[in-house]
Amino acid sequence: MQGIPGEPVAEIKAVPLKHPGRWIGALVVLILLAVFVRSLLTNPNFEWSVVGHYFFNTLVLKGILVTIELTVLAMLIGVALGIVLAIMGAAINPLVSGASWLYIWFFRGTPLIVQLFFWEYIAAVYPKLGLGIPFGPALIHPDTNVLISGFRAGLLGLALNEGAYMAEIVRAGMLSVDEGQTQAAQSLGLSRGQSLRKIVLPQAMRVIIPPTGNETISMLKNTALVSFIGVAELFHVTENIYSKNFKIPPLLVMASIWYLLMTSILYVGQYFLEKRFARGSVRLNVRHGQ
Amino acid sequence: MLDAEEVHKRFGANEVLKGITLRVRRGEVMCLLGPSGSGKSTFLRCINHLEKINAGRLKVDGELVGYRERDGRLYELREREIIRSRSEIGMVFQHFNLFPHMTALENVSCAPVSVKNIPRGQADQRGRELLEQVGLADKIDAYPVSLSGGQQQRVAIARALAMDPKLMLFDEPTSALDPELVGEVLAVMKQLAAAGMTMIVVTHEIGFAREVADQVVFMDGGVVVEAGPPDDVLLRPQHERTRSFLSKVL
Repeated sequence: MQGIPGEPVAEIKAVPLKHPGRWIGALVVLILLAVFVRSLLTNPNFEWSVVGHYFFNTLVLKGILVTIELTVLAMLIGVALGIVLAIMGAAINPLVSGASWLYIWFFRGTPLIVQLFFWEYIAAVYPKLGLGIPFGPALIHPDTNVLISGFRAGLLGLALNEGAYMAEIVRAGMLSVDEGQTQAAQSLGLSRGQSLRKIVLPQAMRVIIPPTGNETISMLKNTALVSFIGVAELFHVTENIYSKNFKIPPLLVMASIWYLLMTSILYVGQYFLEKRFARGSVRLNVRHGQ
Repeated sequence: MLDAEEVHKRFGANEVLKGITLRVRRGEVMCLLGPSGSGKSTFLRCINHLEKINAGRLKVDGELVGYRERDGRLYELREREIIRSRSEIGMVFQHFNLFPHMTALENVSCAPVSVKNIPRGQADQRGRELLEQVGLADKIDAYPVSLSGGQQQRVAIARALAMDPKLMLFDEPTSALDPELVGEVLAVMKQLAAAGMTMIVVTHEIGFAREVADQVVFMDGGVVVEAGPPDDVLLRPQHERTRSFLSKVL
């Protein structure tokens, strides 16, 4: 029985399935949400007026600037370091790949907070840093305390730690590129370095960016740790304020809202970055679905 | 052009090539037939040193592949020298292996710019000519994802030709294509053969072998079972193994 041209086939009009479970579930979620929001709004201990009062405080804003500076710089250094370490890790020379492995093992194997304290107190171990000939005389030797402290110690700690984690992410990205790509590049006469730079890494970026976005969001929060070595970023400033006025919950809420805001902005940045590197791929849609 | 003598290749304990002896003259087209696992693709990859041979001698245009011989001893070649010889051999893969983040033109001009340091403008010009030659003049700015399999393979051929190779290797170039698209790729390959390119083609397209090949080689289990002019090997096979293979394929 073929369709007769000109005679439209009747559309199916069936009674749709009812999903009572979904409605009940949605209702439960909404009720719980309403209860939670009501507690937030009516609980006097949150002191929302205090939250509002300090939200645009000058010191708080300066602290946010420091947080952003640390995040951006530490991620830039960390990503660059990660790429270098990943390329070293793929080297044929066992000393080069071994050095990379050692670095990653050490910096992932010790807690970040310990590393930060170590950089802050490095002057206790190496009072003077020298630049010169290995095992020989130093050409310049500044005081460690002057060179590495506070902000720089925090930056160093965050960046070097991040480099180790980024190295593994970059390595995963490189693994995700089909071997045939390297074969084609090499058969055309490209060197190992050229195939890595022009063929493998650009394609690896698609796989590298989502976890890197993750790392950046983590970094934003990890900057709070440098408050323990005296750097005046957002958390340190917040602590300073509530150590004087004892209004701890509202100030923590204020800080949290700022962290949430900054993290949300990072989401947007990541979206555009993913779109840029999706050039030439089948799934041009960057978010799930479709 | 190609001189293989008792070439052996081992992957760990698995010996894939057990003494291949073949000769291809300049301008000749040789078709390699055989069941999968017979070592045909491996042999191809040994020719441009993507794989290192374990024993025997492999020469392209008189030069040893991957090694230099001096005073009776073999010395491994430096990456720079291997690259130079690779850039004179073009390879086309079963799964195309086009660079997805580059347009068709960028794919074709990538190697001349990076390897031969040809200025981009000149490389692009030559790239356009080559893409026109393979019938894809209207697709120069297209990304591989928007091209059909046959179109992608033709871009891959143009990409290999951009380096002006003296020898072209084809590793089952049409095996991953829809039957309708096979013809357009074979047409380009026939064009190339007619223009005098030395070609070694691993393929299951017996019709192509009969029409274009100067030499047909049947490989099985890492050895050459039979070799000769296409009419001899395909119509009057001497060995039982060849006969049973052909009877299944034809």
